[in-house]
Amino acid sequence: MMEWETVIGLEIHAQLATKTKIFSGASTAYGAEPNSQACAIDLGLPGVLPVLNREVARMAAMFGLAIDAEIAHRSVFARKNYFYPDLPKGYQISQYELPIVRKGQLRIDLEDGSSKTVGVTRAHLEEDAGKSLHEDFHGLSGIDLNRAGTPLLEIVSEPDLRSAKEAVAYMKKLHQLVVYLGICDGNMQEGSFRCDANVSVRPKGEPKFGTRAEIKNLNSFRFVERAIEFEIERQIDLIEAGGRVVQETRLYDPDRGETRSMRGKEEANDYRYFPDPDLLPLVLDDEFIAAARASLPELPEVKKRRFVEHYGLSAYDAAVLTTSRALGDYYEAVVAALGGEPKLCANWVMGDLSAFLNKEGQDIAESPVSAAQLAGLLRRIQDRTISGKIAKDVFEALWAGEGDADAIIAQRGLKQITDTSAIEQVIDDVIAANPAQLAQYRAGKDKLFGFFVGQVMKLSKGKANPQQVNDLLAEKLKG
Amino acid sequence: MNSHSAAALHEHTIARLSAGLAAGEFSSEELTRALLARIEQFNPALNAFITVTAESALAQARAADQRRQRGGAGPLTGVPIAHKDIFCTDGVRTSCGSRMLDRFIAPYDATVVEKLNAAGAVMLGKTNMDEFAMGSSNETSFYGPVPNPWDPEAVPGGSSGGSAAAVAARLTPGATGTDTGGSIRQPAALCGITGIKPTYGRVSRWGMIAYASSLDQGGPMARTAEDCALLLGAMAGFDPRDSTSVDRPVPDYAATLDQPLKGLKVGLPEEYFGEGLDGAVARVVESAIAEYRRLGAETVEISLPNSPLAIPAYYVIAPAECSSNLARFDGVRYGHRCENPKNLLDLYARSRGEGFGAEVKRRILVGTFALSAGYYDAYYLKAQQIRRLISDDFRRAFQQVDVIMGPTSPTVAFNLGEKADDPITMYLSDIYTIAVNLAGLPGLSLPAGFVGQRPVGLQLIGDYFAEDRLLNVAHRYQQVTDWHQRAPAAFA
Repeated sequence: MMEWETVIGLEIHAQLATKTKIFSGASTAYGAEPNSQACAIDLGLPGVLPVLNREVARMAAMFGLAIDAEIAHRSVFARKNYFYPDLPKGYQISQYELPIVRKGQLRIDLEDGSSKTVGVTRAHLEEDAGKSLHEDFHGLSGIDLNRAGTPLLEIVSEPDLRSAKEAVAYMKKLHQLVVYLGICDGNMQEGSFRCDANVSVRPKGEPKFGTRAEIKNLNSFRFVERAIEFEIERQIDLIEAGGRVVQETRLYDPDRGETRSMRGKEEANDYRYFPDPDLLPLVLDDEFIAAARASLPELPEVKKRRFVEHYGLSAYDAAVLTTSRALGDYYEAVVAALGGEPKLCANWVMGDLSAFLNKEGQDIAESPVSAAQLAGLLRRIQDRTISGKIAKDVFEALWAGEGDADAIIAQRGLKQITDTSAIEQVIDDVIAANPAQLAQYRAGKDKLFGFFVGQVMKLSKGKANPQQVNDLLAEKLKG
Repeated sequence: MNSHSAAALHEHTIARLSAGLAAGEFSSEELTRALLARIEQFNPALNAFITVTAESALAQARAADQRRQRGGAGPLTGVPIAHKDIFCTDGVRTSCGSRMLDRFIAPYDATVVEKLNAAGAVMLGKTNMDEFAMGSSNETSFYGPVPNPWDPEAVPGGSSGGSAAAVAARLTPGATGTDTGGSIRQPAALCGITGIKPTYGRVSRWGMIAYASSLDQGGPMARTAEDCALLLGAMAGFDPRDSTSVDRPVPDYAATLDQPLKGLKVGLPEEYFGEGLDGAVARVVESAIAEYRRLGAETVEISLPNSPLAIPAYYVIAPAECSSNLARFDGVRYGHRCENPKNLLDLYARSRGEGFGAEVKRRILVGTFALSAGYYDAYYLKAQQIRRLISDDFRRAFQQVDVIMGPTSPTVAFNLGEKADDPITMYLSDIYTIAVNLAGLPGLSLPAGFVGQRPVGLQLIGDYFAEDRLLNVAHRYQQVTDWHQRAPAAFA
């Protein structure tokens, strides 16, 4: 049986988070009425001209710096010519021979704990096309040009990826990075971050690449993984059955879980690229690049290392807390407000808070519990005003917007009982009420200790300090 | 109306009209009515206007008269002009001489239009032109040819043929034009008027329908250099909407017109006086140069050795850019759409097939070919290299001389239909003008005499942003000659 190796390269389109389009002043906001955000330039009216939104250059430079790439001092916009109804000018303005970012790299962590460096061939700026709408028009098509001219950064990897899992790890890492940098909102449902995958297989040890197929427009991590896995299997089956892979564009059908040929039309396309004479070469001087570098936030890798070293967190906790910049910021705000206890803070941010956010499908930025509020709660655990268990109830009330932890604790009378005589009183009541269990315990049935603890906590409505209950109960049960 | 009869107003230059308006000799409304009457009388035969905007012209004229009364009138306030139909005009058909845009009402003003409106100029209408500015005779227009006012058998030149004919026939004292390979200078020469193509980037291209973006440049056409100076002063300037527009102050072109020419170094390129130049045209040009010597200029023989490569390079670059620029005319959003398209391909093929004329299709095909995979290096890239060589030729020349002089076109106006079926011969009509566009330099054509009854133009080429110098050099000549004052008999 032949052993096969998979070779994957990804082209990722990240929509840059500018307020206005790449070559016009129209808004890029998502979800507006069709064609309400398309100005004369976006419509490709006769006589209009593009003017570059410099913000996209800053964002692309930040990306390039974050992946240790070369930032081109001079890059050139080119026209990619083809006819399509949602492409108003009959060409897309993109970068071809001289892209703004070249030769970068990204380190990805794999499931087996190892890591791998993936080459980024280039990243270039381009405009998005509009959208063709084929429903609701009675046999005709509608065109929505709101998206036309939206800035994109197309990030092209080297064919360094060897499995669907690696591809997903790379894509996730890139997603995390662009969102960290604040240059992309990362919203995959809205198409802000999407991927084309080039997939080929070759016998293990063969130096030459196999013929690749390009799978277009994958807009979720799950689809990327499934589409690639399907495609690998399809190609291997095809070759082993004596067939040949043809170079073509394929589409992933998530309902059927398979890729389908979009006809081999691709090879016939000749985009007739040439430098756009309406735009001057994009020249970035050292000062511009230095300013972009200065505006870089702390990158995920660095933040993770810092969390381990500075807060004493485990590598796992640090990785979870740095998945997004907002989560890391939130965590640090909690630690700062509390004035220490980084592990306790990590447990709560990763535990109860994350669970609630996940349940509600909310992002950390939308959390109804602020970092200060969470710290307020943790402070009461720290000073033993409430137990960890009661704290969970208080957190629920915080989430429901019932005020700060102290107010909730006071209002609900949740303050922990730490007065020894008060706890002893409860214990005495419990022992008196359960003579049979007491006898059994004293006869050696140690397991009943838990029963007594439970009864004491129940009678104290959970407010008795658990440690004291344990200690005092052990004493009293001895008799 | 003092000493001026209404009939005489059309004889005046812009400078004279400006003075008359300022002195209250006549109102802009009177002037506009007089010119609209002439247009009504002559345009049916001349066909220089595609659209006449009489109503809005009168409204603009009245507004200009009111502005003058309030104070705050400039030199162009109330002066009627015409716009080549390549400039978008808000609410007015902007056809670009093509069936494709026959019913296209532009929803915005080109910067040039906006600026001239702001200066108070009155738009009489939109002038005829070769379709999408592709042509040298105005014969490729969807709206039909324009006879040369000097000789109805002859073409007016192109592509700004309507503007040139309208100025020569005294239907308007000035007009806008655009020049991609000679489209201002060649028709100016063939119609006996003055026209200047400014340095690339001097005049905004916003709202000017693109033919070949790296070569297109708008400019004024009028009877005198002085009038061109007044118009250019209003048209030029940085425009943030055009990335290729240059941020550089606009000089007062009128202020330097009278500078003496003593010591002016004039370069005469041997390549512009050789084979292909009509002998009679050569003699007219030489006598104009002799006049310059009398004005104190020194002439130097120079060489622009890469000149013969200009036409082949141009006919790769311009079609390549046009093949892309004209892709937007696809029948989807605006412009001509075929009846009952069967499918998308049919919509494209028939809308474009019906909307474009033969010359436009020819250039789109040539350009598409030149940009195709496997040919790009051999054609487009090579042509761009030639372009650099041509610019270097000029750069070297301007280390030695102040201006370059020669014929604008190798012949006087040819006959209508004479070259219409022979594109190569037609292209040679622009042999002396095209290199200037490739280099991005300013060039001016001024009337220098006649061969028979057909005018001859003298071309002046200047260094980058030396429009002021070119206008000065042309103006001084016009102070001592009267070629620019002559009117075609039928339109005197």
